[in-house]
Amino acid sequence: MNLALGRRHTSFDRAGRRRRWSDTARDIVLYIIILIFFLPVLWVILTSIRPNVEINTRPPVWIPSYLDFDSYKILLGMPTPEGAFALGTQIPFGNYARNSTIVSLVSTLLSLILGGLAGYTFARFRFRAKNTIFLSMMLGRAVPGVALSLPLFILFARLGLSDKLLGLIAAYTALNIPFTAWLMDSFFRAIPEELSEAAIIDGCSRWGALLRVDLPLALPGVAASGIFAFLTCWNEFALASVITRTPASRTFPPGLYEFTGSFVTDWRGMTAMSVMMLIPSVIFVALVQRQLVEGLASGAMKG
Amino acid sequence: MAIGISARAAGEVRAGQTGMAEGRWLPVVLLMPGIAVLLAVIAFPMLYSLYLSFTNYNLTTARSFHFVGLAQYLTLIKDPIFWQAFGRTVLFMTLAVNLEFLIGLGIAQLMAKAIRGRGALRTIMMMPMMFAPVLIGFMFKWVFNSEVGLVNNILYTLTGTAHIIPWLIEVPLGFISLLIAEIWMSTPFMVVILEAGILSLPTEPFEAAEVDGASGWQKFRMLTLPMIMPFVYTAMAIRSLDLARVYDVVRIMTDGGPGNRTEMIWTYVYRLSFTGHNYALGSAMSYVTVIISFLFTWYLFRNVIRSRWEGRE
Repeated sequence: MNLALGRRHTSFDRAGRRRRWSDTARDIVLYIIILIFFLPVLWVILTSIRPNVEINTRPPVWIPSYLDFDSYKILLGMPTPEGAFALGTQIPFGNYARNSTIVSLVSTLLSLILGGLAGYTFARFRFRAKNTIFLSMMLGRAVPGVALSLPLFILFARLGLSDKLLGLIAAYTALNIPFTAWLMDSFFRAIPEELSEAAIIDGCSRWGALLRVDLPLALPGVAASGIFAFLTCWNEFALASVITRTPASRTFPPGLYEFTGSFVTDWRGMTAMSVMMLIPSVIFVALVQRQLVEGLASGAMKG
Repeated sequence: MAIGISARAAGEVRAGQTGMAEGRWLPVVLLMPGIAVLLAVIAFPMLYSLYLSFTNYNLTTARSFHFVGLAQYLTLIKDPIFWQAFGRTVLFMTLAVNLEFLIGLGIAQLMAKAIRGRGALRTIMMMPMMFAPVLIGFMFKWVFNSEVGLVNNILYTLTGTAHIIPWLIEVPLGFISLLIAEIWMSTPFMVVILEAGILSLPTEPFEAAEVDGASGWQKFRMLTLPMIMPFVYTAMAIRSLDLARVYDVVRIMTDGGPGNRTEMIWTYVYRLSFTGHNYALGSAMSYVTVIISFLFTWYLFRNVIRSRWEGRE
């Protein structure tokens, strides 16, 4: 079992040793910590499926008395019992899902291509002012959404891009390029240069070497950059709340805001939409978490 | 932006060997698309906002505005709320980065040694990273709600007394609530990077230390910690940058209130620009803050960068 896991640290720590009570105790501490981190998540999930009367109560109701999926039905436009309280009925869930999906996928793809090319260049070429250019790119990540939202709002209005998906895609692509370039540079540098040189000598073009030799080896890096970029786009609020004005282009995060009315907040509807928002992220992370950590560990972040 | 290519560039040498004529300009060609997007979508709008900060532009009278020189900057210097928000943001950033680092290092250490179900644990641990910061704001606003919030409810269930603690309203409590939300949200990022650092360590030094009878703490202090420093620098640099932009969670949880008690720079800038319609002053404040955080970024990343390509050149 331990050998099968194959982590150097694991095999070393337990090499020839029997499992001790302290190992078990350490794992239990870890489970408790993770549980504390998970508690608010659990609460969000429970809130989305409990009957509305149990939500804002004192003394609190911890375990729902029965499961109630009305808030999901309302969001998905399915028939619901008469008089079910929900602001969710007015929320164009389908529009938000479509917009968020298009914006996140397209910007992630674009920033992977553009940032990946930049990362490859930093990793494989020497040129003048390389450090300065690299640092200047990183400054792109230091610009806050709020600071950028002010001028972008005006400029997009003039260019006819406000309330268009294209504007949001452009903004998110730019936001993600610096970090993608950085990560991809790390991953490309971890691949021995001799491999692509050999391919070039064997008659491969530089593009061919990049696509057939370097890129497949850098796939963990693509996974890592991809997930960070995707999560940024999927969850971004400051820019989206300013640039998107109507359901035509609005994405999930500013959409969540609509569950708060002037006097009431539809917690159940909000948590239901949040849970649905989480599903693609959880699937994505569960699929690539191993490549992410092992990729980062395999020399990519060193130095 | 012209990029000069060093005559002894390795790329060119290699290109020469393999007969690639485009070698000299290849880096420019490859970098250009990314840089062009950054220039168009970040650099140009930021320059435009710099220009606006010298005018009296606001969103209601957008058609007629004129140059006012440094007037906005003088207003900013004399604005005590701005400086309080600035100080509070810096304090928030310092506390959050260091606490996240300590907690993250502890969890990463446990995680790297965990035996069963590490993939599942890691996925659960990364849940906060998948949450929209807006949602985290709403969630913690509710967690710390004085009437029906999770914390007061737990206290109620445990102690049976209906004592109400106004988490988001009292002076240090509001700040602490924001800090807890931020730490909950971002510690997983630290865990991922630091766990990668710990997993990347070679085993030989640890085996040697084992033979020499080193204690667990000694191994951690003398071997693990120094060897994962590149990861530590990277994680802390990225987190500092992100924290300097702290906005979403604060906006939702307290929106700087009540009465500027938890005001951070970006909630203040947003309110001035969009609610108070004083767009030009907002731009001036953005600028002062962005320039300070640029200097900070430069300083932070210099160490990361310096070690970056050195092994190769």
